Amino acid sequence: MTTLNIEPNLARPDDFYEALINTHRDLSTEQSQLLNAELILLLANHIGDLDVLYQAMARARDSVAPEA
Amino acid sequence: MEKDYQRLEFEYARSPDQDATEPVRYPVIVVGAGPVGLSAAIDLAHQGVRTLLLDDDNKLSFGSRAICFAKRTLEIWDRLGCGEPMVQKGVSWNIGKVFFKDELVYSFNLLPESGHQRPAFINLQQYYAEGYLHERALTQDQLEVRWKNRLEALEQTDAGVELTVATPEGSYRLRCDYLVACDGARSPIRTLLGQESKGQIFRDRFLIADVKMSADFPPERWFWFDPPFHPNQSVLLHMQPDNVWRIDFQLGWDADPDEEKKPERVTPRIQALLGKNTEFSFEWVSVYTFACLRMDTFRHGRVLFAGDSAHGVSPFGARGANSGVQDTDNLAWKLRLVVDGKAPAALLDSYAAEREYAADENILNSTRATDFITPKSEISRTFRDAVLKLARDHPFARRLVNSGRLSVPAILRDSTLNTPDREAFAGPMVPGAPAADAPLGAEQGSGWFLRRIGDEFTGVYFSDGAPLAPETASQLNRLAQGAIPVRPLVVVPKGKDVRLPHGLPVVEDSEGLLAQRFDACPGTFYLLRPDQHVCARWRQFDPDRTQAAVARATCNA
Repeated sequence: MTTLNIEPNLARPDDFYEALINTHRDLSTEQSQLLNAELILLLANHIGDLDVLYQAMARARDSVAPEA
Repeated sequence: MEKDYQRLEFEYARSPDQDATEPVRYPVIVVGAGPVGLSAAIDLAHQGVRTLLLDDDNKLSFGSRAICFAKRTLEIWDRLGCGEPMVQKGVSWNIGKVFFKDELVYSFNLLPESGHQRPAFINLQQYYAEGYLHERALTQDQLEVRWKNRLEALEQTDAGVELTVATPEGSYRLRCDYLVACDGARSPIRTLLGQESKGQIFRDRFLIADVKMSADFPPERWFWFDPPFHPNQSVLLHMQPDNVWRIDFQLGWDADPDEEKKPERVTPRIQALLGKNTEFSFEWVSVYTFACLRMDTFRHGRVLFAGDSAHGVSPFGARGANSGVQDTDNLAWKLRLVVDGKAPAALLDSYAAEREYAADENILNSTRATDFITPKSEISRTFRDAVLKLARDHPFARRLVNSGRLSVPAILRDSTLNTPDREAFAGPMVPGAPAADAPLGAEQGSGWFLRRIGDEFTGVYFSDGAPLAPETASQLNRLAQGAIPVRPLVVVPKGKDVRLPHGLPVVEDSEGLLAQRFDACPGTFYLLRPDQHVCARWRQFDPDRTQAAVARATCNA
């Protein structure tokens, strides 16, 4: 099973972050939500590995709503 | 002039059983003369089991109701001898199209290869399906149908089932070894046994408007998400015979079912889709909700549940009636062996296990489709819309679009009746899979493989076309003489002579598709169950292993 990489993997992290925020520039919350959804779908398909995706989902879920 | 199956009425007739001093006993009584009960009763009778079919009403289905009958269901009805009229009358289709707003985003072909006798689906009003089944039922010597016979009480004993049946002339008693409950989603038998069907109820309402009109839409399944003519909801359009069209509008949970059925409410919805000037008349209008549920187990002693009584799904995917008919396909041969004393009653547990597995698969597919069509939260709707938006230009997203995953038979991979492979095989014909069809040479009757197998176990021997070794031929011949016979069938490659001098039935794999689909080479031997599912396979025929596999598949091991 491939393990989700949580070590630094982005060559230029600040560039990435700026681009991510810029992608949402001037959008309503609703539009931003749709954009995020499309982004997740595009990236998920690119990653392809369900094990990796499940780990990412679990990690994000746990961060937002930890299991008691 | 064709019969008006919707308006046929069958007369109640007094049976001598009602005047018997002792309750008359039948090996099997089936309750409910819908598509599932009729299929069960015909299958049992066709296999030689004396069967009584009881129905509390005296009519067939009113309204089109179930309209999509899947390839596997047609193959089962072919085995029962009534597939042909269904396909003749039905609208055959393989293509589905999905629209988002007013744009086509995805098109799928459910049967992308040729070399199958039956299409992926036909659309046929339920009353025709029941009508043809009923006509077939009338030809069965071992089957009696009693209308206006309502089961009102039952008691299971060690020796059998005692039934009390109400008729217009009062009640009488019957006995049977086994009772098959095909009495529908609200199954009175389930209630009599104190059982429930449990699961998830969906908070949405849908309107079915079946209308008669001349229109030039193709025979395809068209599904719209959020179309301009019915904003924020989904719509399904589908062709039926006799110029009848199924139009299915999602209404939302707050819709008032009585109001929405009124012609003055339905007409504008249809005109929005078809244009103001299209002339049509109503065939049937209904507002429905649905649930995905099932009973914990489909066998309760001598009572077997099949069809909607045992499990329920949403209509998206056409997995209701189709899975019910597949239940009966699984059950009939097992019941026959048990009532004939050739298999222990434990074989019926495999009916429950295999069809519960199939029901779970159907419920899973149906629930996922429903979650896509009827998103339960704002974020779920956002993702749904994102998928649909991406689908237009991104091939990957089309695979995520779910307007219903249409009925395919379950592959009973983990069934205890299977004999696991000892050798390597490629392709989908794993033990537990329903056998694939393939064309045969013109000399062999119907010309299709699936028409040559079933009812009994079949042993399919793939030869190289040369005459068989006498030892092999006599071993194959002997298979047919066991207590549970295995009918041999020799397959020769394209162009080889089918007249082999050993008295075995031989078919020609006229396009090479049979060997291809079964990943067979000369010497390969497949054991198929009476319901046409693969049960075991080897690279070389071995009569002892074959007998062991038959024993395993009938709980005689």
